Amino acid sequence: MEVLVEPFVESSFMFRALVAGVLVAVACAVIGTFVVLRGLAFIGDALAHGVLPGIAAAILLGLPGMLGAALGAVVMIGGVTLVTSRTRLSSDTAIGLLFVAMLALGVVIVSATGAFQGDLLAILFGQILGTSTEQLVVMAIATAVVVAIALVAARPFLLLSFDPEQADVAGFSSRRYHALMLLLVALTVVVAFQTVGTLLVFGMLLAPAATGALVADRIGRMMIIGVVVGSLSTYAGLLASYWFDVAASATIVLIAVTIFFVVLAISSVRAPRQAGGRTDPVTGETAP
Amino acid sequence: MTAIVARGVGIGYPGEVVVPDIDLTVPAGGSLALVGTNGSGKSTLIRTVVGLLPALAGSLSVLDTRPGKAPTRLAYLSQFHASGYILPIRAVDVVGMARYASLGLLGRPGGEDRDVVEWAMETMAIDELRRRPMRDLSGGQRQRVYLAKVLAHRADLIILDEPTAGLDAGGRERYLDAFAAELQRGAALVTATHDIAEAVEYHQVLLLARRVVALGPGRDVLTPDRLMETFGIVISDPHAEHVGRFTVAERTHGSPQTIETRPPPA
Repeated sequence: MEVLVEPFVESSFMFRALVAGVLVAVACAVIGTFVVLRGLAFIGDALAHGVLPGIAAAILLGLPGMLGAALGAVVMIGGVTLVTSRTRLSSDTAIGLLFVAMLALGVVIVSATGAFQGDLLAILFGQILGTSTEQLVVMAIATAVVVAIALVAARPFLLLSFDPEQADVAGFSSRRYHALMLLLVALTVVVAFQTVGTLLVFGMLLAPAATGALVADRIGRMMIIGVVVGSLSTYAGLLASYWFDVAASATIVLIAVTIFFVVLAISSVRAPRQAGGRTDPVTGETAP
Repeated sequence: MTAIVARGVGIGYPGEVVVPDIDLTVPAGGSLALVGTNGSGKSTLIRTVVGLLPALAGSLSVLDTRPGKAPTRLAYLSQFHASGYILPIRAVDVVGMARYASLGLLGRPGGEDRDVVEWAMETMAIDELRRRPMRDLSGGQRQRVYLAKVLAHRADLIILDEPTAGLDAGGRERYLDAFAAELQRGAALVTATHDIAEAVEYHQVLLLARRVVALGPGRDVLTPDRLMETFGIVISDPHAEHVGRFTVAERTHGSPQTIETRPPPA
């Protein structure tokens, strides 16, 4: 029992890391649910890595990294919007173009100075074990904001996931709420990268929500399952990192993705759907 | 109230006029069937009326305001449904979406909202599927859910794009009864359909072939000649006892032709 609890009681840095991870898990499960349902994974990935040049430039100029990350996210979303609205290219292409350019720019900035190669690793993989109390406060506020906005905009977000045209016809502008959704993804990425790294943010956006999608029959439950999976992964990953001295962020992501595949395997065994089909009690039709 | 007034309306996309110069009026409680091939402009007209596409020319008033400005009073069934497959959502929640326009962001659904959702599901005979996830339903069952969602709007103007797609015979019967009752209630109804037998029952029929071929009462408009202009091929069925019973084949290549069918050999 002590093995499971001791690290978080004995070392305050482990406790802060756990709180940081759970905060990220909550924000990511809520907004990640929509990322998964709306097929926004690529823009999530692009945002998670496209903020790199902003962060690098900010560190270079001695400004807060978060400011640079926010600027990077704005450029990313603005660029994608520009390309998709001015051309007939799909958003995949637009996102890919911006993503590659931003990542390349980030590496160029880092390599030109050569001073903080270690920082590059920190940006990608985070320093969850080095989370400060101030960072926790900022993350708690950001998580609260993400959850509050998602609750207020729950109806348009659901309509958007169901069919964007239905959102428009119901009087909720699909463009406006799509932009708000991207903004929440960006906010989550920008606030979380410092502690858990851009890689973990992206993993946490996808894996827990995708696990929820496998078993949930409504969106609220999908989010709750996402929070549980994300928090469990954080706890288990930190524990593994403490006792076996492995990289914390990477272990957390690995556990989250592993949980997804385990749940997938279990749910495929339990419900061999599509196989037999079900007969409908009303029409007598058999579902495909 | 007038449901739709169009004067010289051109519809289409930037740089591509699909149908120019449409004039029509749908009064409150009136019904209009849109008949034409795929690509004839039916869906483009519908998308313009609900406010998803801007009109390219002319003046268009929907429910006495600009298209898209009366979301609480308009219900729209689109031809395609974007996702619905990975979305974890139950049938009752999809029908409940009909209430979002009037509830807004934070309005709490009241007993009246729940009653109307329940009534709509019973009307389409899907109340037993209430708690089933959409992804477990068959295509025909899903279409019933979407039709129940339209009913649950209690809208003044109902717009349906090919509502019978995927419906079984029982579903089609329920659909016809339910929307006849909506007309009785005073709602206006606009339906894009391939079903000539259904279209002939509407107050007005608009025949479209990337232009307005004809507009008027079904029995005046749905003639072999006009259908010929609209579809290219018309097979007149010698056994049909009613006016308006034609088999219509869509032309894909070449010039229009009429095929006369002969009675089967005795």
